[in-house]
Formats: sequence, structure tokens, C-alpha cells
Amino acid sequence: MSIGHTLLGLLESGPRHGYDLKRAFDERFGHDRPLAYGQVYSTMARLLKNGLVEVEGIEPGGGPERKRYAITDAGVTDVETWLARPEKPEPYLQTTLYAKVVLALLTGRPAADLLDSQRAEHLRLMRELTRRKSSGDLADQLICDHALFHLEADLRWLELTAARLDQLAAEVTR
Amino acid sequence: MSAPHEPFAGFDEVARGGAPRGVEPAGGAAAWARDLAFGARLAAGGGREGWIRTLLTAVGVGLGVALLLLAAAVPPMMTVRDHKRVARDSMSAGYLAKPTDSTLLVADAGTTFRGADITGELLRPEGAKAAAPPGVAHLPAPGHMVVSPALRRLLAAQPLLRERLPYTIDGPIGHAGLMGPAELYYYAGSDRLTARDANYEHGNADRIAGFGHHSNSAVMGPTFDLLLVVMLVVLLLPVAVFVATAVRLGGERRDRRLAALRLVGADNRMTRRIAAGEALFGSLLGLLVGGGLFFAGRQLATHVTIRGISAYPADMTPDAALAVIVAVAVPLAAVGVTMLSLRGTAIEPLGVVRQSVGRGRRVWWRLVIPAVGLLLAPLFGKVQGDGKLNMYQVATGAVLMLVGVTAVLPWVVEQVVRRLGGGPVAWQLATRRLQLNSNAAARLVSGVTVAVAGAIALQMLFAGVDDEFVFSTGADPARAQAVVSAEVDSGAQARDFTHRIAATKGVQHAYGYVDSAVTQPDAASVRDGDFAYLPVAVGDCATLGQMASLHGCAPGSVFLVPPADGAGDTQAARTYLRPGGRLDLNGPPREAYTGTPRLWTIPRDARTAQSRPDPSGSLGWGLFATPEALDTSRLTSETATVMVALDPHDPDAAEYVRNTAAKLGIGVDVLHVGTTTTKSGYAQLRRGLFAGAALTMALIGASLLVMMLEQLRDRKKLLAVLVAFGTRRGALAWSVLWQTAIPVVLGLVLACAGGLALGAALLGMVGRPFHPDWGAMAGMAAIGAGVVFAVTLLSLPPLWRLMRADGLRTE
Amino acid sequence: MSAETLTEPLLQATDVHKSYGRTAALDGAALTVRAGEVVAVMGPSGSGKSTLLHCLAGIVRADSGQVRYRGRDLTTMSDRERSALRRTDFGFVFQFGQLVPELTCLENVAIPLRLAGTRRRDAEARAGAWLERLEVGDVAGQRPGEVSGGQGQRVAVARALVAGPRVVFADEPTGALDSLNGERVMRLLTEAAHDTGAAVVLVTHEARVAAYSDREIVVRDGKSRDTERVS
Repeated sequence: MSIGHTLLGLLESGPRHGYDLKRAFDERFGHDRPLAYGQVYSTMARLLKNGLVEVEGIEPGGGPERKRYAITDAGVTDVETWLARPEKPEPYLQTTLYAKVVLALLTGRPAADLLDSQRAEHLRLMRELTRRKSSGDLADQLICDHALFHLEADLRWLELTAARLDQLAAEVTR
Repeated sequence: MSAPHEPFAGFDEVARGGAPRGVEPAGGAAAWARDLAFGARLAAGGGREGWIRTLLTAVGVGLGVALLLLAAAVPPMMTVRDHKRVARDSMSAGYLAKPTDSTLLVADAGTTFRGADITGELLRPEGAKAAAPPGVAHLPAPGHMVVSPALRRLLAAQPLLRERLPYTIDGPIGHAGLMGPAELYYYAGSDRLTARDANYEHGNADRIAGFGHHSNSAVMGPTFDLLLVVMLVVLLLPVAVFVATAVRLGGERRDRRLAALRLVGADNRMTRRIAAGEALFGSLLGLLVGGGLFFAGRQLATHVTIRGISAYPADMTPDAALAVIVAVAVPLAAVGVTMLSLRGTAIEPLGVVRQSVGRGRRVWWRLVIPAVGLLLAPLFGKVQGDGKLNMYQVATGAVLMLVGVTAVLPWVVEQVVRRLGGGPVAWQLATRRLQLNSNAAARLVSGVTVAVAGAIALQMLFAGVDDEFVFSTGADPARAQAVVSAEVDSGAQARDFTHRIAATKGVQHAYGYVDSAVTQPDAASVRDGDFAYLPVAVGDCATLGQMASLHGCAPGSVFLVPPADGAGDTQAARTYLRPGGRLDLNGPPREAYTGTPRLWTIPRDARTAQSRPDPSGSLGWGLFATPEALDTSRLTSETATVMVALDPHDPDAAEYVRNTAAKLGIGVDVLHVGTTTTKSGYAQLRRGLFAGAALTMALIGASLLVMMLEQLRDRKKLLAVLVAFGTRRGALAWSVLWQTAIPVVLGLVLACAGGLALGAALLGMVGRPFHPDWGAMAGMAAIGAGVVFAVTLLSLPPLWRLMRADGLRTE
Repeated sequence: MSAETLTEPLLQATDVHKSYGRTAALDGAALTVRAGEVVAVMGPSGSGKSTLLHCLAGIVRADSGQVRYRGRDLTTMSDRERSALRRTDFGFVFQFGQLVPELTCLENVAIPLRLAGTRRRDAEARAGAWLERLEVGDVAGQRPGEVSGGQGQRVAVARALVAGPRVVFADEPTGALDSLNGERVMRLLTEAAHDTGAAVVLVTHEARVAAYSDREIVVRDGKSRDTERVS
């Protein structure tokens, strides 16, 4: 999953300090693997260099870094395209999709559209596999079926998430 | 295209080439024929399950048809019987004074053997051209007889009876001369017959010109017709209800089937036609089954005797017109009922939509039917005396009443069932199921309801009019059980008769007396032919004491017995029966006085005595004298009457008396003394009612069973699931029982109400007070309940079978 | 977008509303089907996808909106006309229950032809060919209750296609089948439909079944999203 896009997305709801960003990220997406401070600052540095964020101000007082980051217009556009672009269907995609859904909800974008286009992408690949299956030999068929079942599992997850969007939105924006 | 099996390359070209699509391919009759045939195919197909359902329908309809055919055979059967009865009638059309070469003399020689009536006639041809009775080729010679096969068997088995009819058997009486195979009948030749004179005296036989000259249909009057009409309605209506339910068997499955057809493009009209085809097939099969049952059952008629009535199978031919009506009406009714049952439902491609769901059953039109029936009742008018009965009106009223009961039933069931709830699991299962489809439950019991309602009404009517047809004889069988009477020539002969009867085995006591009549002393000079009729009884004190309360009777006593109110000529008794009064023993003349007067003076010490009913129930009056006081040889047309007390421990005592009487001579009558006597036509009607009610109940039981099985099969899966849950078998059995019992109880309550109403209306028509026969009602209701209970019991084994786990298997 | 201008849509539903009692099953659904294409209708249970299929096939009359089939509005047709359409232009494959248990498989397949007036002999000959085509020629004489679920569904497919329909409506056709049988039924259905040029409207909640389609639409809360328009 793209940590850069995720941090950008988190900034969209308002400027934050690096420390806040890490806490927000961990709270929503960190789960068992919290984000290292170093990764936050290196990512922010890259985004700053690409003009997607800007430093809004430095708070006075002690502490190592008290920079406040804000998203730029270019940054918003970048988040927009990232969210709209379906991921290449592959196994273990949930973390990225989940991050996208949450960010979409956080930023008030239509999360259902995101899921639908992802579904369409999955189905497109499944169609391809199904076609390949009908023309291939048994080995091909078995390999395709394996992929199909995994994709189907993802798709079911998409379905389920779509069905629970309201619930999720309530939780995320609480 | 690339597929090697592509079956329709050509077809598609045509179809896509612009041929009109969506057009009804065949219109009118062709469409009808196709859809009906298709429906028939559906009814005939379906493997074991489908066949069982179709067969059940066919058997149901068949039973109904058989009963209808039987009913249709009744009028021709009655006609044939009537013709046969008239054809062998030997009543003379009038007095024939002179013998010719074709006249013959006949005398009644009927007798009774152990309760079975034997009809017999003694015949004596007076010329060579005398005709033989129907079924008899040659008149039997004196001392010979021809007998019905049944009588021949009886004679062979019963020497006691053979002793009474000792004639040589020449041969059998043919079918033409007998009403039925069980009839006991004989014609015997006799040379001892002499013709009676114009005064019906001095002989023992009637002179007739031949057989079949006279008809004397026993007209029973409008009350009888009323009974007949109501009975037919009551017996046949349940059959109609039954046929209607049989046609609707498997309705739920049929609806599902039709829905599947709707999906693939059958429109509503096609669906209805297909359903009609199904019903038609079942009912046509039922018609065949019914015809088969009837004709097979008819053969059994030879062996069936219902209370002495039997019939030849050949005589039980359904009236052609009625048979045609049955053959046409039953399939038509089947189609009609199907259409009606589809009326409230819309078969949609996705299943069945009951249009009535959501809105309550409307009650008003259901109540209108019986109400109109009841309203018609007063319009029937009173049927007293010989007024003509409007049969159509009565039948319509009765039918409306009974149909009304079945119309109200579904509403009542719905209303009551809706309020049920709670209770144990079995009760809950039953009530919820009933709530889901109370219609089916109501249909289930409508037959019972109609039958019971009708039977209750009929029972009331019968009880109400009983006294019109059943006469109390006032007899006292404790004193004497038989009365033998015979015309005698002299007192000596009468005494001889009494002695011989007294000496007969099984006779405890014989009270014999001579019966005659005398007239006023100046009879010879009376001109206008109005002669006093004064009965005379001459017997010993014990015998006279049976007919009047005597005080101080001794040989030589004479008693004067005035007639009880209305029992005799009070004026004549007062005028002529006085001590010292004179009487002319030369009988009361018929028209003009003949012979010379034989005057006799009543002794001065003659006492007056009160009449008392004799053992046969008659109230005698007149001159009661001991033989010492009045010489019987001076009387005219004497009759010897012997009242016989039989040994109660000898069941054949009466038979011995009859044997003795038969030896005494021709025209010796033996009467059995009973407390009541019934007009025979009425007795037959009543017997017919009970036989019919039994048949109807059996039929309804069969239909209930069939429907119950059908329902169980429909719910196979549910039952299996319930068993899988661990529901106890007992609970399921109870739920089945409740499911039947609840509607049946409601049906019976309604039946009692409807029956009482109809009964009251009918009683009103014959002008009798309303008098419910609670016992009979309870009996009828109990029979109905018993039928249901039996059906539940019978449906338990299949229930156990269905409840085995394999019911879970999907179809 | 360019496809739409090339071929006139065969079946087009616009703003379809349908309620059962107080429950709105369809609340502004739309769908376009072109000749010969396989369209999957997806969505969670209760989303209204079956109802949409029923409206499209003229089994159920929509409360409002239009369902145009070859230029005619199904919502204004009489029951007879719609029945006739089902007989000649549409075919149906449901999850179960669409076969008449009383008739043999062969007779079941022959029903649409016979209802349309074809003589029994011809109808059954064609039905037999279709059973062969769907690899169930051996169960022709058996009744639906006596064959396996997969065979039964293939019989149903044969029946759906026998009259040469332009559209086959399939509602969860593999719903009661295991994966292998489901795949087989789907392969045979889509191949046969493709060969005869029939369009297929396929209602399913299974992605692997929907993968046999050319495109899918999603129904959610009675509203449909046509992916064709999104992309």
C-alpha cells in the first residue's frame, strides 16, 4: 500500500503535525505494525519535495520537529487519482483497498464508487481468466481456477465492505 | 454455429427472417383441444406420485358416479318392479259370475316363515285357455306348484316349511314373474277352489279373467313425496360435494405446476384450459371407474337383500337420459369446479397469488343462500291431505339450505381459527396450519357437514310424521301372539279348528270363538235396505273374557256389550240389544233380504258388559254368548277366530300354528300380533334412508382419507424437518388429529344448526310442531365424528412412513 | 458509448420502479441489453436484482418506468401478449422449480414449442437434439425428480433455448449446484446462447458465475449501476 498517498489523504481533512499524522495513521491502518517516526518524516520530505504538501508553520517550543504540514492542491489531485484508480487485482490487496475506503470516507469522497470500479476491475480479470480456462488444458484450468477463487474472495470482501459502508463511515468520522 | 449439435440452424433462419412472432398459433377450438390434451397429459403423467393423485381423483369421482348411476337406476327399477307387480296382479277387475274357457280361480295362500313373507296363490283354471301368470309356462296341476328359486332353496332347507307347502315342485318361476332374486313366491294348483258368489260368500276363491288387469299403486300422498324429495337431496348433495372435492385434489401442486407453465409462456386462458384438461381427464377416468364400479356392484345385487327387498341386476339399468346427464354433468362439473377454484387465484409465472389474501371473507352472500332456502320454506305451503307438492320448490329450498351451510362453513372456520392460538406444540402446529389455509380445512369437512345437516333434518321430519304412517294397533301381545281366522260352515267345525290349534305343538292356550252377525227382528219386512248390523261372538267364558269384562259368566250366559265410542252402531245396539229383545239370526242382508227369518230372543238374564280390547287390539261389541245359550248352527257366514297364546320358549311355535292352519283349509289366515304396523312404502323409504346415509358416510370417510393423505404428501418435507428437529411422533399425530378435528367440530355444530333449521321448516310444511330429536342428532354427529376419527387413525401409518428421514430428500 | 450508436438495444429498461406492498424492490433501475450479449446482474440479496429480471421478462409488471423490448413497451402489454413473448422470444433458467415434475425431461424441453403450436413429434425431436447438445440426452425419458441437480439445470437450459429465444433470463442458474456442475452449466449456457445469438440476462451474486458475462451491472437498494456507463 502506498504510505505516501495514505498520509496525503489524512492531511486532506486539515493540516497536522508529523506526530499527529503518525498517530492518526497507526490508529486507522497501523494495527499490528505501527509506523516508524523515521518513515513519516522521510515520506513527508519526499512529498514536500514533490510539492504535494507544504509546511504551514513550525510551532515554537522544544522538541525535535514541530512542523505543521498541509496538503497542496497538487496533493489533493494526487489523492483523487489514486483513489479513483483501481488497484491491479492481486492477492492480499485488502490493506490498500481498506486504506483507500477509509480515506475516501474521511475526505468525503464516494467510497461506493471506489468499490464498484474495483469490482469491475476484478471482474474484468476474472472474465479474462474464465476465457483462458475454456481454451486451455487442464493445467491451465486449474491455475486459472486458483486465481479465480482468490479474486472471488476479494470480490466478496468488496461486496461486504460495500454493504457496510455506512457503518464504517460512522466509525471513521467519529 | 461451430457446435456440431446445433439443432436449429434452419429454424432460426425462419424465425429471424421476419416471421411474425408472438402470435397465438392456433385459435379457437384447436387451442382448446391442444390445451385440454396437454392438461390430460399432465394428469396422466407424473410417475407414481402423479398417477396416485389422478387415481385418487378418479376413484373419488368414480364412487360418486357409481352412486349417481345407482340413483339413476332407481326410477327404471321402480318402473320395472311396478310393471312386474301389475303384470302378476290377480285382483279381479270386477265380479265375474260365469266361468269361461279362459277364466281361473285364485285364492291367496301367502304365509310367513320366521319373519319372511312368502307370497303364494292357489290357482284353478276353469278352461283350457286360462292364462298362466308371468314367468310361469304352464299352470301347475292340482297338488303341484311352481316356486321362485329363493323359495325352492328355503323349502329344501326347512322341512317345517315344506310341511306347510307340501305340493310337488314342477319348476321355477322365471325372472318375468319375480321382482328380485330373493323373492319368496309360489303358484300352486288346487282342485278345491270354488268361486264366491256375488255377495262374496259361499266360496273360497275369486274368479279372474287373467293376470295383470288391475293396477293399484299405493299413493302415499304429498307428505310421502316430500320425504322422497328431501331424501334424494340429502343423499345426493353430499355426493356432489364429494365429487367436487375429489376434483380439487392436489390443488396446491397443480397451482405450482401451472405456474411453471406460465413461466414458459402459457397465458392465463391457456393455463385455465390446461387446468380444465387435467380435471377433465381425472373425471373422465372417474366416469369409467364409476361405470365399472356400478356394473360390477350391480352383479352383487343378486346376493344382496336389504330387509326383504332384492332386485335383479338386469332390472337395475340406469335410465338412459339420467345416465347421459351423469356422464355429461360430472365432467362438466369437474371443469366448472376447477374454474371456480381458479377464480380467486391468479397463477403467475412465479407462483400463485391468492387474490383474496388480505381481505376478509365476506359473510353476507354466504348467509343469503341458507336464508333464501329458509324463506322458500314457508312458500312451500302446507302439505296436508292430498294437496299437490311443488317438488321443485321443495328441492330448491332444501338444496339452498344445505348448500348454504357449506357456504357459511369456510367463513365460520376462518373466524374461529383466527382466534385460536397458544397451547401445546401439536395444537399450535394445527391451528397455525389452519390459519394459513382454512379454506382447505373447510372443504375437507363440507361433505360431512352437508350429510349430517341433511340427515338431522330428515330424522326430524321422520320423527314428526311418524304417526302418519305408523299405526298403533293397541294389541296386547302378552295375551296372545297369533290370531287364526277362517270361514266355517258350522259351530262344530269351528270347535274342531280350535281343538286342533290348541293341540298344536308350542301352543299354550287357544281361545276360539265363532264370529258372525245378526240383524233386527223385522228385517224381512224392511224395504229401504237399511238393516241393523249387530256382531255376535260365541265362545266359552274364558274366550269371551278376552274381549269384554265379564262378571259371573257360566255356560248358558249371554252378555250385551255396547260399542265403545265410535266403534260401532250405538243406535242399533241401544235399540235391539236389550234383555228379552228379539233378533233375526239370518244375518244382516247385503242388499235385499233373502231366506226366512230365524228369530231368537235374548234371555232376560242377559247382562251388560264392558268391552275390552282383545289381544289383537280390536274392541269388539254386540252379542257375546256361550255356545250353550246360542246354537251356532243357526247363524250365517260364520267365521272361526282362534286367539293363540304361544310358548315363549319355542321360537317356532308360530310356525307350527301356521302349519296346522294350512291344513285346516283354504283361506285360513294367521295374523301375527304386534304392537305397531307400518305402511310398507314408508318402511321402505326409511330403510332406503339408512342404507343411503351409511353409503354417503362411507363415501365421505373415503374422501376425507384421500384428502388427508394428499395433504400429508404435500407436507412431506415439513414433516421430515419437524422430525429432524426432534418433534415427537405423538405431537405430530395430535396435530394431524387437531387439524381435522377443529374444522369437523365446527362443521358438526353448523350441521346441527342447519339441520335443525331445515327440519323445522320441513316440519312446518307438514304442519307438525317443532320437536328436535336430540338423541338422533347426537347420533348423527357422533357418526360424523367417528368417521373423522377413523380417518385420522387410518392416516397415521402413512404419516409414520412420511416422517422417516428420507422425507428430507429433495425432489 | 460508440457501441450504443452501432446497435439498437434489444431490451432497455429505464427508471423502473416496483414495490411489493410497502417494500420498494426497485427504485429507479435501468439496464440495456444488446443482441447476443451476456449481462450479469449482480448485487447483494434483497437488492432487487431478481425483481429487475422479472420486470425485464414481463413476468412482473413494473409500477412505473419503461421496459422496451424491440421498441415495444412491456409495461403496457396485456398478459396475453407478454405470455406470447415469453413463449417465443424469451427463455428462462431459474435456480430450481421451473421444470414440471409430471413431465419427462424431453417433454419439459418440448413445452415451449408445443405451447407455440408445434406438433408433438417435431417438438420432441427438436427437444431431443437440444438435450444432446447440453450433454443430457441420456435423461430424456426420466422425470425431473429422478435426475441430478446439474442435469436438471442443463435440461432447464435446453428448454430455455429450444424455441430460439432472443433473450434468455437466468436467475441464479447455478445457485443449487456445486462449483464443478455450476461451471459446466454456465459454460454450456453461454456457449449455446452465443451460438444461437441469444442475449443472456444473468442474475447472480457469485463472481465466478458473473465472470461468464460480457459485462455486469450492480443493483443496490433497488437502483442499478450500469458499468458500461461508468467506464
